[in-house]
Amino acid sequence: MHLAYPAVLAVLLFSVGVYGVLARRNVILVLMSVELMLNAVNLNLVAFDVWLRDTLHAGQALTLFTITVAAAEIGLGLAVVLLVYRTRRTAAVDEVTALGDRHEADELSDGEKEQAAA
Amino acid sequence: MSTLLAAAGSLEPAARSYLSPTGQEIVFLLVGALVLGAAVVSVTTRQLVHAALWLVVALGGLAVEFLLLTAEFVAWVQVLVYLGSVVVLVLFGLMLTRAPIGRSPEADSGNRPAALAVGAASAATLVTLVVDAFRSSWIDLSGAAGTTRLTGEYLFSHWVLPFEALSVLLLAALVGAIVLSRAKGGSADAKPRAGKLRTGLTKQKER
Repeated sequence: MHLAYPAVLAVLLFSVGVYGVLARRNVILVLMSVELMLNAVNLNLVAFDVWLRDTLHAGQALTLFTITVAAAEIGLGLAVVLLVYRTRRTAAVDEVTALGDRHEADELSDGEKEQAAA
Repeated sequence: MSTLLAAAGSLEPAARSYLSPTGQEIVFLLVGALVLGAAVVSVTTRQLVHAALWLVVALGGLAVEFLLLTAEFVAWVQVLVYLGSVVVLVLFGLMLTRAPIGRSPEADSGNRPAALAVGAASAATLVTLVVDAFRSSWIDLSGAAGTTRLTGEYLFSHWVLPFEALSVLLLAALVGAIVLSRAKGGSADAKPRAGKLRTGLTKQKER
């Protein structure tokens, strides 16, 4: 099998995941896109492991480890999402802005308005 | 590394043409198209539950791709962990956050054009790079490389320490998830509705 096929498929899947992470509004859909990206990396690891005929099988071992870390990540991520939903009643990423810079920017613009008024 | 590459993969321009694919390649390409289509639908559909179900198709197709690349054990772990637990967790998450059943117009945020541009740019760049680098590389699929027996042997002879460290990490992550998502008695509701007697009663009920 040509190595280009799995490599290109992995690249395309990764790009789809990037699009999903950036475009989605629901946190859980963002997490799903992250899973897609992780799986693209897994496909790359398996393909290159088979291509290199590694005696240690580093690619497949790392794939198993990545799957485990992904499982841990989705568990923790969903726990955080549920906690956020319980306290803020929303699962949209762009509404959870308590730690963002927007508040400060708003204050700045208010100050500028005051300056302009004065 | 270069000696390893020279000994292992065939770096010299192969005589294989892209115009006469083998049976494995045809199956790989068909399943790959399915995986890619399911992934695209999964990140673009406006129905949240459908997105999770299309993710099942994409991840299951990837398991088939792993099988085609002779990584049997990884394929079954993929089916068990991803299809068996991750997607179920995602569905539970969608339902616990009261995701609307049916079309939700607010599934995508406002920066969709920018996301499309970034995704297309990364796809174009990486496809160009990867095709240019691995155009003539050929994977020799003869001889199974990923049977369960072989996987067990290399995992528990060369990769024991990372394996154990990872099991501790998984345990810590799951305990953390339980601690995070556990409802703290009564304080989860925003409004305290009654006096101390009531909270004592709810605590007893929880026990």
